[in-house]
Amino acid sequence: MTPGLIAQVAIGGLLLGLIYALVAAGLSLIFGLMDVVNFAHGQLLMLAMYAVFEIHQAFGLDPLVQLPLVAALLFLIGVAIYRGLISRALGVRFNTGMVQVFVTFGLSIFLVGAAQLAFGSDFRSITDGVLYGRTVSMGAIVLPLSQLAAGLVCLVAFAALMLISRTEFGRALEATREDRDAVALIGIDRDRIFSLGWGIGAAAVGIAGVMLATFYYISPTVGDNFALIAYVTVALGGFGSLIGALVAGLLIGLVEAMTALFFDPALKQVGIFAIYVLVLMVRPRGLFGRL
Amino acid sequence: MSLDAILQVRGVSKSFGRVVANIDISFEVARGEILGLIGPNGAGKTTLFASIAGLETPDSGEILLEGRRISGLGPVACTLAGIGRTFQVVRSFDSMTVLENVMVGAFSRIARSRPAMARALEVIGFCGLGARADTPAHSLTPPEKRRLEVARALATEPRVLLLDEMLTGLTPTEAQAGMQLVRAVRDRGVTIIMVEHVMEILLPLIDRAVVLHLGGKLAEGSPAVVVRDPEVIRAYLGDRYVAA
Amino acid sequence: MTRMQEVTHSAKAEGTFPLMGRPSLSVNAITRRRKQELITGAVLLMVLALLPLPIENSYLRNLIVVTLLYAGLAQGWNILGGYCGQISLGHALYFGIGAYTSTILFTRLGIPPTLGLFAGAALAALAALLVGWPCFRLSGHYYAIATLVVGLMGLLLVTNWDFVNAAMGITIPFKRESWIDLEFRIPIQPFHYVMLAYVAVAWIVAYVVEGSRWGFIWRAVKDDVVAARSLGVRVFLSKMAAAAISGAIVGAGGALYAQFIGFIDPDSGLGLSVSVLIALPAVVGGVGTLWGPLLGAAVLIPMQQLSAAWLGGAGNGVDLMFYGALIVALALARPQGLVSLFGVHSQAGGEVVDEP
Repeated sequence: MTPGLIAQVAIGGLLLGLIYALVAAGLSLIFGLMDVVNFAHGQLLMLAMYAVFEIHQAFGLDPLVQLPLVAALLFLIGVAIYRGLISRALGVRFNTGMVQVFVTFGLSIFLVGAAQLAFGSDFRSITDGVLYGRTVSMGAIVLPLSQLAAGLVCLVAFAALMLISRTEFGRALEATREDRDAVALIGIDRDRIFSLGWGIGAAAVGIAGVMLATFYYISPTVGDNFALIAYVTVALGGFGSLIGALVAGLLIGLVEAMTALFFDPALKQVGIFAIYVLVLMVRPRGLFGRL
Repeated sequence: MSLDAILQVRGVSKSFGRVVANIDISFEVARGEILGLIGPNGAGKTTLFASIAGLETPDSGEILLEGRRISGLGPVACTLAGIGRTFQVVRSFDSMTVLENVMVGAFSRIARSRPAMARALEVIGFCGLGARADTPAHSLTPPEKRRLEVARALATEPRVLLLDEMLTGLTPTEAQAGMQLVRAVRDRGVTIIMVEHVMEILLPLIDRAVVLHLGGKLAEGSPAVVVRDPEVIRAYLGDRYVAA
Repeated sequence: MTRMQEVTHSAKAEGTFPLMGRPSLSVNAITRRRKQELITGAVLLMVLALLPLPIENSYLRNLIVVTLLYAGLAQGWNILGGYCGQISLGHALYFGIGAYTSTILFTRLGIPPTLGLFAGAALAALAALLVGWPCFRLSGHYYAIATLVVGLMGLLLVTNWDFVNAAMGITIPFKRESWIDLEFRIPIQPFHYVMLAYVAVAWIVAYVVEGSRWGFIWRAVKDDVVAARSLGVRVFLSKMAAAAISGAIVGAGGALYAQFIGFIDPDSGLGLSVSVLIALPAVVGGVGTLWGPLLGAAVLIPMQQLSAAWLGGAGNGVDLMFYGALIVALALARPQGLVSLFGVHSQAGGEVVDEP
């Protein structure tokens, strides 16, 4: 257990944490915007990963090159989910909260089944491309290039999200979140904002998915685990807070890696859960929670 | 004091940030009287009301019910101690019938359903809603909704009942019926504090009045006296009317 | 006394003279509805008791037993999720605690499951209180997520806990046929009556609770929590009561399930799919009603079992697609639940309430 090893595991954890943060940001965006828990969030990640894989198989395109493509694809899927399902769920007259929960829940089950049908249950991975198999050495620390790249891309994506939040669109998003009913009075088209919110949230997950696919296995159920971590991340960081998602993601990635190193790898999630319980007890709104 | 005071407000002050709502308010409420808490909008009535009902905690001072401190205990404890209240904008349980609404109040004192139902039916009859007991609360007319508010609060067996703008916006006939109900409640042994910002409605009904203005207590006394108080007139109508 | 005399008598005692149809203590909308519910329940119980007699097919009988179990579980979930309005997506935790408790007591200490199920129910209720204590501070969706996470935490812990045999699970060996031990050589027919008793008890608890102080309080809190507090309602306490009752019922069901199958392991006891299957019948059938969970189970469980057998046999995912689509369609098309097709409306009032 050298300091070098610890540092390496820690950095690896932080890099993975950046991916968690981006996935959580997408979730938090949708959440904060319209109070809808997207229980199908993990499946969006899974779809992105399969998209990268299939396009790579069919056209030989490097995952990095596919980034804008898959991001756009997920954007459209996000909008489609909102237009097709969520807007209907929001308009329901009874038990709206419950309906929202179970509509996205049903969707997640459906998508897992669809992936199983379309792609089979076997694990897949991308064993090719500019990032594959390479490592980067920084002194005693050796990191897979794919993970490093993933961290960097996610950081850039995060910066982009923060930039968007400062634009007029971002402010409209904020206003809609603050008071859904009043925004109609000042000419903001609620439906359009919600569609865009879903699109951007899904696109964020898409980018995370593309990078994840360069070093992680792909299967119909791969989304479940990441979704769970995303929920915990959002809860820790605070619902509706982008900064919170970033800080929380990094923290969770780090804790997960350290728990695996110092305790049993099988129990690495216990560290995360322990944090979650702590947050629940001490600060239910999360570190940066505004809602 | 010579009053047999059931409720004592002593030096109550409350601010919200830089907005000062109540400044050193003190008065007592006699057992079995109908007290009017009057003042123009912004006088601090709502905040004081909320403090008595337990929804707000005064920054300083205290409120005593039959000698026991109730300020700062929270709405549930205040209700269980004997403070009942209605809401200015009626907050009925819309998915439930009148009977079910009032039973919720009864359950604060009675654990079992059958006796709670009996109590609720009695209160409903008393408040003149007997024919509407099985009607969903959302289908009631506005005056009926106000009666429901009173019935629900009454079911909690309050010693002091706070009525929030109960007579505002009613037709003369409805207001008469409302006043009749208030008197009947008092005759039942409940002390009543009525909050209103329009004085004329209350004057024939109340035994005494406390007038608030800009956060402070402006005047206190019988309606006849208070109405002629030059400070009160100035507060409501401006300087022009004082001489008259 | 005739009913008319009864009405007049009680109304006179209250000091009001009755008009035709004016509500009295014994004759009003609430008591009428409750009486109807009791009668319907009794009839349904008789029908279900006679149900296995003409049925020879053991697969079908098995299906009915599982359906009855889930009807009872859903009824238990409904108390917290439907009446009290706190949507729990982690109820498998209580199911699993009940199952494991009873199983361990039986296999290691020889305590019969007919007693063990009470221990399981008690522990499950305790767990529900422990979970509720921090979680009831959270509003609607956040609460749902918290229960999801807690449920999966339970799964993870049990999967790695050697005392309960970790991922391998515990098998219940068959020793001798006995009603006390709930062991039968012909496993299905007696279990029909065991599960029927379970559903009946769950239904009775729901019936009693719906008409009790708590039932009214939960509805009031959902409609307007501020007004409820002004009437002396202790909101947190009412939610804890719902949690304990709900946990106990589901825990008892878990114990019965373990005995029925003869085996319990982390996935079958605490998995997410179990949590979903416990909650779904109530949602599909109609939350906050006495019949919703029963109807929902009757529709959903056979469908789920059959689609898994026919469609998903090859693991091709079609069963999941069907199941998922069905959930979405039912949630959107009939948010009040299938019972609304029969004119039954929720006695559960408004929506999930947030702590202010």
